[in-house]
Amino acid sequence: MFLEYLNIVLYDLLKIAALVVPVLIAVAMIVWVDRRVWGAVQLRKGPNVVGPFGLFQTLADALKYIFKEVIIPIHANKVIFIIAPIVTMSLALIAWAVIPFSETLVLANINVGILYIFAVSSLGVYGIIMAGWASNSKYPFLGALRSAAQMVSYEVSIGLIIINVLLCAGSLNLVDIVLAQKNIWYAIPLFPMFVIFFISALAETNRPPFDLPEAEAELVAGYQTEYSGMMYALFWLGEYANILLLCALGSVLFLGGWLSPIDAYPFNAIPSPLWLIFKILLLFILFALVKAIVPRYRYDQLMRLGWKVFLPFSLFWVVLTASFLYFFNLLPK
Amino acid sequence: MIAHALIFYLLSSITILSSIMVISSKNTVHSVFFLILAFVNVSCLFIMIGAEFVGMILLIVYVGAVAVLFLFVVMMLEGNFVKVKQGFLQYMPFGFFIALVIFFELIIIIGSWQFRPEFIKTAKIAYDVKETNTVQIGKLLYTDYFLPFQLSGIVLLVAMIGAILLTFRRRDNLKRQDILKQSSREREDSIELVDVESNKGVKVND
Repeated sequence: MFLEYLNIVLYDLLKIAALVVPVLIAVAMIVWVDRRVWGAVQLRKGPNVVGPFGLFQTLADALKYIFKEVIIPIHANKVIFIIAPIVTMSLALIAWAVIPFSETLVLANINVGILYIFAVSSLGVYGIIMAGWASNSKYPFLGALRSAAQMVSYEVSIGLIIINVLLCAGSLNLVDIVLAQKNIWYAIPLFPMFVIFFISALAETNRPPFDLPEAEAELVAGYQTEYSGMMYALFWLGEYANILLLCALGSVLFLGGWLSPIDAYPFNAIPSPLWLIFKILLLFILFALVKAIVPRYRYDQLMRLGWKVFLPFSLFWVVLTASFLYFFNLLPK
Repeated sequence: MIAHALIFYLLSSITILSSIMVISSKNTVHSVFFLILAFVNVSCLFIMIGAEFVGMILLIVYVGAVAVLFLFVVMMLEGNFVKVKQGFLQYMPFGFFIALVIFFELIIIIGSWQFRPEFIKTAKIAYDVKETNTVQIGKLLYTDYFLPFQLSGIVLLVAMIGAILLTFRRRDNLKRQDILKQSSREREDSIELVDVESNKGVKVND
């Protein structure tokens, strides 16, 4: 009896490790991609010294952070100050449990997969609020308040965009959503929603041009101001894991997940996880390009975009999609 | 089954402990964090009985949105929580009374559900059929309970409009940017080349 439980637990732990370790390595690589793309746009070389093509730059950086001293301010609320980066990092990782890499290759194939991701990403705001409040300092607090308002606002439009996809797919299960895109990827009929999802994802992950929570010109480094050493590195890794997660979500919802673009020989011979990784990488390079090209928004412009443009437009599109599906009898059974 | 029971007792004891901490912790911000912990544990309990949709919605709505706003307010009001604790004994009997009322309501509902099933029809959502409970809840909400569902939506909308109206105040000395006006500005509207005569200067509008 006991051995049986132990067996199950160990087997599951092994599966979790097989997911988390590649994700962490991917995060390290993606930071390098980000910096290289950024460099290329600005006609620089980017990191190219450590290892072949500078591939090990992130590892070197992480090593540096590990050996730095962790400073906890005297007036900080110590427990919450330490928990905050842990919350950010672990929330960014647990959401990966439901991302399907192929029809069978998924850690937890749950019926409410999309709601699970939505819930976990809406919890992500707590890491930032906790950090900002526990630092007991002006700039982190302002950064945390900005970030919380920003993330809550853009979650609303992301929720409505997800409803569009759900109407077409007729399921909350991510595997079913991908399988429903066998004939056509949702990026084509729902193209405006794909664009809005992409921009909302930028805002949701505090990426430029929406990186107001850490706007260095006004807020020093926002909620990260008081953090140093390993705890800062955890924030930074968590942020990139989140970006990667939203790229994965974007490819699952709109770009057909693990499906190959054409179901014919040279394409479907490539194993399906590779297709998903390729799509994630494509979306991420777009993220990196946006960071390099677009200047930062002003805060009122950001809020206006979220509430006055995206929210009404995605709501309108929900009504449009629903009525189209209803009148042409295309609703999924 | 033993593992199931163990996990249940773990989650429920954390729920109860954190609920106690909500009302007993000295720092109001800590109270809100304990409230969030209680919410998360309750959503885990929902998932354990197979109500996955309700559990996720609890996380999204209460933890993801409501508690964030709670935190906002509490963080802003920080400092006067000592005042809140005054008059504890004065309000205790009233609180006790409310708790008693809720307790008896629960007894009535659960008792009639257990012993008089024909009294209240609760068996509309079955948990041993093939359909997921997301589908079942959706079907119930949009067929049998369509009007109450829409009505509750309208009530929430009215409450939202009321809250906005109560807190809204228009300030006149504020400079606002009209995005449309700003983007449609031409060079001719904003720049004017003037030859300045010596000793006369230029008259500047505004």
